[in-house]
Amino acid sequence: MKLKQIAQATALIVFLAGAAQAQVSDGTVKIGVLTDLSGVYSDVAGPGTVIATQMAIDDFVAQEKPKFKVEMVSADHQNKGDIAANKAREWFEKDKVDVVSELVTTSVALAVQKIAADKNKIALISGAASTAVTNESCNNVTVHWTYDTYAVANGTAKAVTQGGGKKWYFLTADYAFGHALEKDATAVVKANGGEVLGSVRHPFPGTDFSSFLLKAQASGAQIIGLANAGGDTINSIKQAAEFGINETQSLAGLLMFITDVHALGLKATQNMYLTEGFYWDFNEETRAWSKRFFEKHKRMPTMVQAGQYSSIMHYLKAVKASGTDDTAKVMTQMKKTPVNDFFAKNGSIRDDGRMVHDMYLLQVKKPAQSKSPWDYYTVKAVIPAAEAFQPLSKSSCPLIKK
Amino acid sequence: MEIFGIPVQALMGQLLLGLINGSFYAVLSLGLAIIFGLLNIINFAHGAQYMLGAFAALLGLQYLGVGYWGALLLAPVVVGVLGVVIEKTMLRHLYKLDHLYGLLLTFGLALVAEGVFKNLFGVSGESYAVPEILQGGIRLPFMYLPIYRAWVVVAALAVCLAAWYTIERTSLGATLRAATQRPDLVQALGINVPVMITATYAVGAALAGFAGVLAAPIVQVNPVMGSNLIIVVFAVVVIGGMGSILGSIVTGLGLGIIEGLTKVFYPEASAVVIFLIMVLVLLVKPAGLFGKQA
Repeated sequence: MKLKQIAQATALIVFLAGAAQAQVSDGTVKIGVLTDLSGVYSDVAGPGTVIATQMAIDDFVAQEKPKFKVEMVSADHQNKGDIAANKAREWFEKDKVDVVSELVTTSVALAVQKIAADKNKIALISGAASTAVTNESCNNVTVHWTYDTYAVANGTAKAVTQGGGKKWYFLTADYAFGHALEKDATAVVKANGGEVLGSVRHPFPGTDFSSFLLKAQASGAQIIGLANAGGDTINSIKQAAEFGINETQSLAGLLMFITDVHALGLKATQNMYLTEGFYWDFNEETRAWSKRFFEKHKRMPTMVQAGQYSSIMHYLKAVKASGTDDTAKVMTQMKKTPVNDFFAKNGSIRDDGRMVHDMYLLQVKKPAQSKSPWDYYTVKAVIPAAEAFQPLSKSSCPLIKK
Repeated sequence: MEIFGIPVQALMGQLLLGLINGSFYAVLSLGLAIIFGLLNIINFAHGAQYMLGAFAALLGLQYLGVGYWGALLLAPVVVGVLGVVIEKTMLRHLYKLDHLYGLLLTFGLALVAEGVFKNLFGVSGESYAVPEILQGGIRLPFMYLPIYRAWVVVAALAVCLAAWYTIERTSLGATLRAATQRPDLVQALGINVPVMITATYAVGAALAGFAGVLAAPIVQVNPVMGSNLIIVVFAVVVIGGMGSILGSIVTGLGLGIIEGLTKVFYPEASAVVIFLIMVLVLLVKPAGLFGKQA
């Protein structure tokens, strides 16, 4: 009798243990958020992305009631590729992290997506910009979620060039991201009948742009394209106003975020065109989500933070649907499933890892037009997903068969 | 007419900008040189004190309605008072120890200050407007010179000259220099040496705060503005000679101009050129260009 009970108990345990093996490894999905927590991009991404990830996890557990646990770890990569790579490796090897996410700063993203491929784990990129992620560096464990240099350059440069700004000069941050942004914007300007008179590269990060702006002024260009981001863009715009550049020339911020506009104020940024992947005040859905985010973060979300929520939610749903956290199966599920949430309309993940979705061409309001805090943009156009991103035919990703 | 392929006009514009930046470096390195030259403390909190000066101006405007001119006088005082507090409570215990302890302490204080302000204000910072009188610019033949930047050069150089004159040419300065070289003798003569030392640190900090107010309308007032600048300023002081007041002023101006020229010919290297020069100077003349002792 006793032996039979023991045998039955053992069989039950073995059955349960066996069943667990086919599901999520150790019953837990562990999400790593690797972001710039204290440096130049911490307002654009940073702690806000950690909050967004936690919101996604909480909402997912409440709505979907999964059988597995979901945990989050986060770390500061300080915008350094080597620190990020070491952290990612440590997470994958020791801490059983299943997916590393956010990864603002191109050099970080490029380093970590390689490590993710080596360790067969997933990399969900929200903050980083360069198209290299889905071109030369593409792999089948990476999803580039929120935006890239092509999408923002295409939207803004096209609108400005078609609107009459034919002669351009670039002020470029001297690292991979700046070069990529300048290259993509140059292609768009030329394709729309404009010309690029020259460019100057400034060290990243910089503080005083007066010399570079002086060069831009002397070039005779109508439009000065700012191929930089964050604090560099903010200081460039401020100092351009100081040097009277906006009397004869216009600035085009090729990568700008709502936090930049907030820091500079509408007086300095009014009428500027920019392209973003998300605006909190676009419709009821975005407003509702953003209000919840604002309560936790005290600032309206940038597209990177909203995109982070969206990518994590999509990932978790894919894990539940495929019944496992096995990288290949989850990636297949994610690519099969369209993305239609408050962040992305008509979204889908292509074979090169690019998540294409509608982008928004925005213009900064004049101070008089803004009725409430963070009421900064007029949506000039919705750029449909099919047009917004680099077409697969132009891709240099080895995974794409031509 | 062109020099090395750059039109003379453009070159002159960049030289002028270099001079403006150089005067910034001069004021900042002056404060550092005073503190090191007279007190033998490596004040790594200098960048944070610069940032505090800028924030004092910003917050003074937002909450107390104190305008730019008021801030120019009050912000250095605020930062100086904070300097007094730091000196009296923490630094004075480290004088008998190795220089490194002072460096570590002030470095730690800088990180704390930066962290607190990052928490309160975020990294993007806020805008501070150029005062009305100084808005606009002068159309020179080779560039548009913002009046505010011209003012920065004037104010910075005036302050540098005043500080140098006080230290090197007045009896107060002489007493101070004596007090730091032979504190026991000077104290025996009835002069309150600890107070002089505290005052010196406060003045050095106040100079950093003053530079912060000067910078506020030009760069975004954010918590990391000091840490971006402090390393360059240290390089300037090292090149000029750690103890030399005049050296730091002259070197600051000179290096600003050299940086400006680098931005014309090879902009990508403009962040590095000062350190290259520092390496060269240290190899050839370790005490610095104007340094007194080895």
